[in-house]
Amino acid sequence: MTISRRLLLAGSAGALAAPNIAAAQEAPGVTATEIHIGSTNALSGPVSSYSVISRCLEAMFKRLNDAGGVGGRRVKFTVYDDAYQPPRTLEQTRRLVERDRVAFLFNQLGTPTNSAVHRYVNQRSVPHLFLATGADKWANPREFPWTMGWQPSYRVEAQIYTKYVLEQRPNAKIALLYQNDDFGRDYLHGVQDVLKDRFRSMVVTATNEATDPTIDSQIVQLQATGADVLICGVVPRFAAQAIRRVHDIGWRPMMFMTNVSVSVGVVMQPAGVEKGVGLITSDYRKDQSDPAWAQDAGMNEWRDFMRRYVPDGDLGDNNYTYGYGAGTTMIQVLRQCGNDFSRENVMNQARNIKPMDVATLLPGIKVQTQPDNYNVIRQMQLQRWNGQSWERFGNVIEGAG
Amino acid sequence: MNASPARFLLVVVGLAAALAPLWALESFHLFQLTLAVIMSLAVLGLNIVTGYNGQISLGHGAFFAIGAYVTSILMVQADWSFYATLPFAAAICGMVGYAVGLPALRLGGLYLALVTFSLAVAVPQLLKHKALEAWTGGVQGLFLMKPDPPRWLTSLLPLNADQYMYLNVLIVSGICFLLAWNLIRGRIGRALMATRDHPTAAEAMGMDIAALKTGAFAVSAMITGVAGALSAVAVEFVAPDSFTFLLSITFFVGMVVGGVASILGSIFGGLFVLFVPNIAESISRAAPGVIYGMILIVFLFVLPEGFAGLVRRILARLSPRGN
Repeated sequence: MTISRRLLLAGSAGALAAPNIAAAQEAPGVTATEIHIGSTNALSGPVSSYSVISRCLEAMFKRLNDAGGVGGRRVKFTVYDDAYQPPRTLEQTRRLVERDRVAFLFNQLGTPTNSAVHRYVNQRSVPHLFLATGADKWANPREFPWTMGWQPSYRVEAQIYTKYVLEQRPNAKIALLYQNDDFGRDYLHGVQDVLKDRFRSMVVTATNEATDPTIDSQIVQLQATGADVLICGVVPRFAAQAIRRVHDIGWRPMMFMTNVSVSVGVVMQPAGVEKGVGLITSDYRKDQSDPAWAQDAGMNEWRDFMRRYVPDGDLGDNNYTYGYGAGTTMIQVLRQCGNDFSRENVMNQARNIKPMDVATLLPGIKVQTQPDNYNVIRQMQLQRWNGQSWERFGNVIEGAG
Repeated sequence: MNASPARFLLVVVGLAAALAPLWALESFHLFQLTLAVIMSLAVLGLNIVTGYNGQISLGHGAFFAIGAYVTSILMVQADWSFYATLPFAAAICGMVGYAVGLPALRLGGLYLALVTFSLAVAVPQLLKHKALEAWTGGVQGLFLMKPDPPRWLTSLLPLNADQYMYLNVLIVSGICFLLAWNLIRGRIGRALMATRDHPTAAEAMGMDIAALKTGAFAVSAMITGVAGALSAVAVEFVAPDSFTFLLSITFFVGMVVGGVASILGSIFGGLFVLFVPNIAESISRAAPGVIYGMILIVFLFVLPEGFAGLVRRILARLSPRGN
């Protein structure tokens, strides 16, 4: 008894005398040589094509470790399979936090899946960073201070279109067509954010259901209001219909299409490539198939990484440019942490990223955060359909978030 | 009657084994075990209609979803206590199960499997439907809270929310297993199996096949629905994506691996479908599905009658009256 008490006293005295070491040991998931980061992804199941994001991130941490790690520590990155099932995500997240005792969570995939752990991680004060989902709800620092998305949300995208409309046609009459679900309503909210009180007088709306056979009647109804701008938040099938219908009835509005629905093969060709000329959308990433980036320094950095660390990866898969961007952001946060990888400090650094360039993002589009603004990427550049391809134009525009 | 002390001992050992994890396991493993017990209960439900009554159902995920949503909606929208929602979840699932049992009277075997399959595919989409969205929360789903252990209990036993949840799940599941056990070992159970094995003979002996089949579906849906209700509270979140078609298959796998027409097998089946995917993942992260498939095939070769078949064989060998 006495011996163990003496040992205890000596131990605590030692701990007090060396506060730095003690702090490092107290932080969950952090040892003198290692930082343990956890994630979940759909390694199996219907959306497992996204699992390449995790492969990309693993390769990035391997590159980081090869170069000496960060803060004198190696990064250990554990990804568990949730098969895109929310209850499994909770199970795997609890496994990461409670059993593996990871320092924090990074880039978990999916909206329903992250929703299932949203409250859990915030109750436990575990940083839940740079999620692979485009929903708007992750940028809510007041209610969920430990959760942060990464890519621009649909809401930010709609804000950007509305800002451009106001700049070009201050007296526009805007027709808004959106799908009546969470995805579509993010567009409604984005337009409302920018127009505020003017929304009622400037905007007419029409909605469609994902199950509708066509949206012809909505298009005709919107045209009849005399609108000269049309913003569409619809899935690819309806996007093709909308482009064709607007053209066929001789309506020539300034037309915006959600960047979810601008694939050349799936939307533009079925709609008729000449019918979509002038259509506007937006992007934040460099498209690796665009010859403009053939000699780009950032894209060369990415290609070099791919060649050395993911030699069998498909260079045409844009999940790799996405993953590279998210990984770069994470590594920046780790570098900012200095020697303190406690959860508080990781979160504190994550919410204080000074505007920075990322190799795979379009020039001028910055990754940044402030304590009251968790929209990590809030800028996009517009692009216009010229009949063959998408052409970027104008400056980078920032959302109203 | 001689077996009475032995059986009593068995019950005590079983109870101890069920309660020990309360203190032996840390939070996360207890949570996993809670989910496994819930899975076992869902598999038990499926076993009653498919195992004991021979009606193939590929749609029990739908009953699970309905049970989960009834509890969630009552808790979130009407502010009910979790316990009060359980009978409602059971009753509604029972009614839906009864209704599904009606086409089962005309369709048998593979055709019935397809009908129930369509139910499993339809329910997640219906949950997203606009007309129900005010209640179901649409794609976003609903968030709910685990019940906290009541004061009188914590003063006797210091339990945290996870331990209390496990205890709740254990008690509710225990009651369901006991009821199912009694049902199966009695007159109705024999009638169910007779209907499965030889419907013509059963009918000739005066059994009401229609009532038995629809009844089996109702009881089965009720039990799986209660499991769904428990899962909603244990996970504290429901969304349509939690109840995809895959869930129904998971129950089916659990039933076959555990042992068709076996109550004990249901417990093992639940443990299997929860823990084996994790084991598969720890073996290979690149292709967990392949490993899971291989484990499954090995199980079916080594234990063709499921886990329950193995237990039965061992018992038969140990028993002095062994045949």
